[in-house]
Amino acid sequence: MELRKLTDIAIGTVATIDSFTDEETSILLLEMGCLPGEQIEISNIAPLGDPIAIKVSGYKLSLRKKEAATILVR
Amino acid sequence: MNTTINIALIGNPNTGKSTLFNALTGLNQKIGNFSGVTVERKTGKLDLTENLSASLIDLPGTYSLYPRSADEQIALEILNSTKNPDYPNLVVVVVDATNLKRNLLLLTQLMDLQLPLVLALNMMDVAKQSGIEIDIALLEKKLGIPVVSVTARDFQGVQELKNAIVKQYENPKLASTGINIHAYAPEVIDEIKAYFHIENDYAAFELAHHYHELGNLTQEKKDAVEAIGLKHHFNGNKTQVAETIDRYNFINEILSDTVRKNKPAVDETRSNKLDAILTHRIFGLLIFFVILFAVFQSIFNWSQYPMGLIENAFIGIENFLKAVLPSGILTNLIIGGILPGMSGVLIFLPQIAVLFLFIAILEDTGYMARVTFMMDRLMKNFGLNGKSVVPLISGIACAVPAIMSARSIENWKDRLITIFVTPFMSCSARLPVYTLLISLVVPNKFVFGFLSLQGLILMAMYLLGFVSALLAGWLLKLFIKTKSKSYFLMELPVYRMPRWSNVGITIFNKARTFVMEAGKVILAVSIILWVLATFGPSKDFDQINAKYAASIKADTTQASLLTSKMNAEKLEASYAGQLGKFIEPAIRPLGYDWKIGIALVTSFAAREVFVGTMSTIYSVQGDAEHLDTVRDKMLEARNPTTGELTFTFATVMSLMIFYAFAMQCMSTFAVVYRETNGLKWPLIQLFTMTAIAYIAAFGVYQLLS
Repeated sequence: MELRKLTDIAIGTVATIDSFTDEETSILLLEMGCLPGEQIEISNIAPLGDPIAIKVSGYKLSLRKKEAATILVR
Repeated sequence: MNTTINIALIGNPNTGKSTLFNALTGLNQKIGNFSGVTVERKTGKLDLTENLSASLIDLPGTYSLYPRSADEQIALEILNSTKNPDYPNLVVVVVDATNLKRNLLLLTQLMDLQLPLVLALNMMDVAKQSGIEIDIALLEKKLGIPVVSVTARDFQGVQELKNAIVKQYENPKLASTGINIHAYAPEVIDEIKAYFHIENDYAAFELAHHYHELGNLTQEKKDAVEAIGLKHHFNGNKTQVAETIDRYNFINEILSDTVRKNKPAVDETRSNKLDAILTHRIFGLLIFFVILFAVFQSIFNWSQYPMGLIENAFIGIENFLKAVLPSGILTNLIIGGILPGMSGVLIFLPQIAVLFLFIAILEDTGYMARVTFMMDRLMKNFGLNGKSVVPLISGIACAVPAIMSARSIENWKDRLITIFVTPFMSCSARLPVYTLLISLVVPNKFVFGFLSLQGLILMAMYLLGFVSALLAGWLLKLFIKTKSKSYFLMELPVYRMPRWSNVGITIFNKARTFVMEAGKVILAVSIILWVLATFGPSKDFDQINAKYAASIKADTTQASLLTSKMNAEKLEASYAGQLGKFIEPAIRPLGYDWKIGIALVTSFAAREVFVGTMSTIYSVQGDAEHLDTVRDKMLEARNPTTGELTFTFATVMSLMIFYAFAMQCMSTFAVVYRETNGLKWPLIQLFTMTAIAYIAAFGVYQLLS
């Protein structure tokens, strides 16, 4: 299946993390439980359009779109 | 023989760690700072058995031993060096039972440091309700360390936890994850181990990563570690990625047969529904503003009554002391210096309590994280970050803890700007100044029958502070350049009912800190001020005494009026009066006389001193039988030569604007100095804020008068 940026999937769609495009950001994301193979879902978007909230590893994490775009999902 | 051991409490943010800390220690807590840094150091005493007690230290919440913020750094500093005075005999790791996977990352790191651990599974009640079943016996067996289930908010499992601590202390069971840390960087780890004479691979690995930020390492040692890293091309990022993935593999294996999730979590679904409303693009913002509005109205309305009580109590004490104490210089010091100083501190307590009541509830329910989430986009425009919202809102109480709380902001530029603009927020020290000034010129009326007009004006002052903070941030953003990237990663915890004991303890601790810390400054300033206002060059004083002594003798019926006149002249001749007179030419264009000048000078110690100063100045001047509140004294104040009222609308407005902008707070200056490691930023802050205050107050006075 083709890889897409996390920011390109619709709210409520469940996807699987494949890899990251930025090493520095990936360290932070890994620590917060965003692991390759883990299921991820965009839960909601902040009123002003950024940041977004995602469901991952059994909890809710918020991050900016800039960071979310470094997550590749399938 | 009673032995006291050190126990550290550690865990991710939002795990109920503080609730557990409160459950274990009650009100038996001490709050201070870690040596050298301003991170809050919370310790408490805990009795374990008849002859074993513990000093429990609550470490700032952290997701791993790779600190991202100055706050998280503390855990690493303490746990990585056996020489640290806070190095624990035992560590209690608190995890959220509903969110084990991410929570266990930190645990696995601590296991590899070979520390004696006890794992506390908190929020077991929520886990059960959410259909999460945890096989504790199996978890304990697989991890190899004691595991206790607790529900800190109901005090359940607290005794079991204490028993487990005692057992683990007396007969420690250590376990490691079995992850081959050594393989990540064999040469580097071996050489660091040899250099520092340590045994543990993971401790050496951590040193290789964090040597530059560890305060307890000498420069020589830092250089040595750096050289080792360079020699073997140590790649921090790559090894950390490998480590994190290995740890999660270990965790997944542990959790595979110990945790079962039966049905979708009730709390989580409810939380998501709440989020749909509370972070909705229209309602979310609307609700936030309604909450803010309610907070301000409450601060003003709820605290009015207790503040009146405190004020009256002090008038009562003053009257009583006047009646029983023999007249003399000491009595004058107590009544004119110490009492007004004390009332100046205590009068704030209701407002601080109400404010922290709301902040604690908002934090505890998880709503504050949503505020951060909603505001990030807006704050980004002004060089700030969603996480700046907490310092900014805390700044409403006091800039000092607010500036310290900016430590949770990972990015240095965002943090510096937050530190710089926080003092613009209307702190509670300005509140009594505003309250007093507003009451002088704004009638106590209600708009639409329920909105206090005074409350609305007060809110406008808060808004002014907030807008100025944003504008200052926007300007600073243009000037400060930085290399490090700004990012925003934050957990949105599940909504919970506030834990009232937590809220209560927070209010108690904040109030106590305020009375002890701010109280010292205010009391000292009050006494100094009284001395300055009571004494002056003896030549001038002798002259005044001589002048009035004769006339009082001549006309005893006019004695009290004459005494009052004499005191007024003495005040003018006193050291304080001379100081006020000295700066009077500079502040005349703002509409202030030399008496207000004295208050401006003393307010540079702390803004709230304004009220006490007014009180002291007019007490010194007033005659003995006249015991009104400061407000009445100020309302009656007139210019002795022209007979005009001192506190006209224009003067009061100009004063409010001055207090809104001027950086008048020694403690803020000191904390900015410590947080930014130098005089540069606090000095820039002091000068720009005071200049803005002067210009704005000048404009307002000239416009209104």
